[in-house]
Amino acid sequence: MDLTLTEMHRALRDEVNAFIARHRDRAPRPGGGRKRPDRKVLEWQALLLESGYFGRNIPREYGGFGAPHDVIEVAIIADAFSRSGVSPGIHNQGISMLVPTLLEVGTEEQKRRWVGPTIRGEAIWCQGYSEPGSGSDLAAAHTRAAVDDGFFVINGQKIWTSSAHYADMMFLLCRTEPDKPKHAGLSYLLVPMNTPGIEVRPLRTMTGRAEFNDTFFTDVRVPVDQIVMGRGDGWQVANITLKYERLLLGDANKLQNRFEAIRRMMQEPRPDGSRLLDCAEWRDRLLRLQGEVMAARYHNLRLLTDQAEGVDSGLGRLIVKYHGTMLAHRLTSLAVDVLGSAGLAYEPQGEAAEDDPATTWHIDYMYDIGLIIGGGSSNIQKNIIGERGLGLPREPKVGRA
Amino acid sequence: MRFGLTEDQKLFDHSLRGFLSARLPLDVLRRLAEPGNGFDAGLWKGLGELGLQAMLVPEEYGGAGLGLLDAALVAEALGFHAAPTPFAASQVMALRAFQAAADDVQRRIWIPRIAAGEMRIGVGLGGMSGQTGRAALRFQGGRLSGAVDGLLDGGGATHFLVYLADGRAALLDADATGITATVRRSVDRTRPLVDLDLAETPAVELLEASNAPLQVAARVRDAGRVMLAADMLGAAQAMLDRAVAYAKERVQFGRVIGSFQGVKYMCADMATMLEPCRAMVWYAAYAQDAILEEAAIAANHAKAHLAEVTREVARLATEVHGGMGFTDLLGLHFQFKRITFDRQVLGTSERCRHDAAVAQGWIGA
Ligand SMILES: Cc1cc2nc3c(=O)[nH]c(=O)nc-3n(C[C@H](O)[C@H](O)[C@H](O)COP(=O)(O)OP(=O)(O)OC[C@H]3O[C@@H](n4cnc5c(N)ncnc54)[C@H](O)[C@@H]3O)c2cc1C
Repeated sequence: MDLTLTEMHRALRDEVNAFIARHRDRAPRPGGGRKRPDRKVLEWQALLLESGYFGRNIPREYGGFGAPHDVIEVAIIADAFSRSGVSPGIHNQGISMLVPTLLEVGTEEQKRRWVGPTIRGEAIWCQGYSEPGSGSDLAAAHTRAAVDDGFFVINGQKIWTSSAHYADMMFLLCRTEPDKPKHAGLSYLLVPMNTPGIEVRPLRTMTGRAEFNDTFFTDVRVPVDQIVMGRGDGWQVANITLKYERLLLGDANKLQNRFEAIRRMMQEPRPDGSRLLDCAEWRDRLLRLQGEVMAARYHNLRLLTDQAEGVDSGLGRLIVKYHGTMLAHRLTSLAVDVLGSAGLAYEPQGEAAEDDPATTWHIDYMYDIGLIIGGGSSNIQKNIIGERGLGLPREPKVGRA
Repeated sequence: MRFGLTEDQKLFDHSLRGFLSARLPLDVLRRLAEPGNGFDAGLWKGLGELGLQAMLVPEEYGGAGLGLLDAALVAEALGFHAAPTPFAASQVMALRAFQAAADDVQRRIWIPRIAAGEMRIGVGLGGMSGQTGRAALRFQGGRLSGAVDGLLDGGGATHFLVYLADGRAALLDADATGITATVRRSVDRTRPLVDLDLAETPAVELLEASNAPLQVAARVRDAGRVMLAADMLGAAQAMLDRAVAYAKERVQFGRVIGSFQGVKYMCADMATMLEPCRAMVWYAAYAQDAILEEAAIAANHAKAHLAEVTREVARLATEVHGGMGFTDLLGLHFQFKRITFDRQVLGTSERCRHDAAVAQGWIGA
């Protein structure tokens, strides 16, 4: 264990803090990853990229900052942003899930083409995994892509597709080898959303908004080179993406960010001059969550160290999504309780909704349940933790899928 | 920067755990635990040979000069095996009290004796720790009178270190005049609580930190809280490991029970709760030596959080074992009670969280 900061690290920390102090007025509200980035968000993103506070380790030729991997640097930057409550940049499915997947298994051409625009927030991606008949049982996907004259021709339906209504691109899991066994028959394609034959229909969610969609494919033609890895490798690629998705969904820095926001609310004097933080019951609720967030943060540092040393954290990694999303929901639960009845006014429609703190907390409070379900539900995570993490036997198979 | 253990630490941990599992099979643990005084001369000697008693002692006094993270690994291993031996108070808190508050002469006399394993020191923080029980002491003319309850590591102690309300600490000889030390077997038979009644008992030494003695005492308390957190981590990990192993072998309805999701999820929940605790304990221990501005917050949260998590793990792991888990036969209850004990001493979770709030200036002391 060595958490001492070198001269360089201390300098970086001071530099990030100075950056935040100097530029925080230009920063958009943290969060807000559920709409197309507006100008303010894009400009902030550009500033972060150019300063090396985003995409720090992504090679320059792909549009990143190109700094060598250094766990502590990444931790220092994340910590400074989460403590100050300033937006650390865009975290969407393209940036947090597709980009690391491409960096891991994409071709040179795919990396050069997609990584840059995606991390700049210009190319927005959606994830075409779930179907009406295959959610948890993702590998049962039916959406079919047949090869015809240098094109994949896609037919089928995806569901719960977040952001499809404003996305430019989709990473799509579909069946290209119908004669092969379930898991071996899938491929992972990169599909422009403006291709003829794609129809996106909004699905209203419990928040009252339509964050996700039904996506229909009718003879959608995509060149055969728009595939990540090879035909039949889709399950492998999809799982790489899921690995990053699960780390994103359990992100400890997001938890820290939330915690600090709630602490600030509780420290502010209310109209009668009292502070919630002075009340033992409220304070203890906040403190319990603080302890849990701390555990998540240090755990994350441990995982980062493993990652830097090329060690697979195994169980330690497999718990992150389940742990983080459950904790996130308990944090937003406290937030809506702190707001109390005055926080119940709720108008979720329109751009302005994201600027109203009470509405946003209530959106998050509900959306967090969505995140407990999405990306592999808590039950699915527990299957994985139990089977892959602890080596418990699988459920006996009932029949053939 | 690295957030993890060094190769040396892993090796040491490995050999200590090897020693403990060879030395403390269940039948031996049962026998050693029966008297309930938390001390066995043979085990103490063996641990001394492994270097446990001198580990934190600076090299200039004949020790290994290791840090609190190393001690936390030891505490974790002791908790894992429910080892009936003094450590957290005797070898960690007392030593840190000497390092922080003793003058040069006192250090030169006593620290080498601690390193040599000659002293076992029961520690009582009285009201400062948030422990329940009596804590009323008068110190006058070098003599101590009154009563203090709930000393840790007091079974088989050669000395007692008791804190006064002002943060000074008196070292007493266990055989001194006017001492009545009542060793109470606790629900955790591997560690007792000792109650002291003192009547004009002469203090061997008085540790008077030259400035802010209460803060110095609080650091000793925090080091103790980290040790208890580590002890809980070890005990809970042992319970989880055993639950998982049992779930892989016990058959019902023609299947091993671990293939039932209900059981699998209990195990997954335990792992999910407990796994991040490890990093938290490491951090809290490391912070006591290296990140002083975070030390109090981290120690208090570690003790509080570990107590909450391990209580759940202790319940679930027992439940996974069915009726067998409830028996004495299995011995799982040694770790269960270890966790029970650790939670109540040196301040409950509520008290520790309160102290964490104070440490970050949210409220006054
Ligand atoms: C907010 C949100 C955003 C989403 N965004 C996207 C997206 O962008 N792209 C995309 O492709 N998908 C997305 N999804 C879909 C998501 O991945 C699925 O909802 C999820 O995988 C569950 O599948 P399902 O809805 O079909 O539920 P089901 O699979 O029908 O599950 C129903 C219940 O049964 C349980 N269950 C199922 N199988 C098992 C089992 N083997 N063991 C134990 N319990 C089981 C589940 O845990 C759940 O509680 C999103 C979902 C939400 C809520």
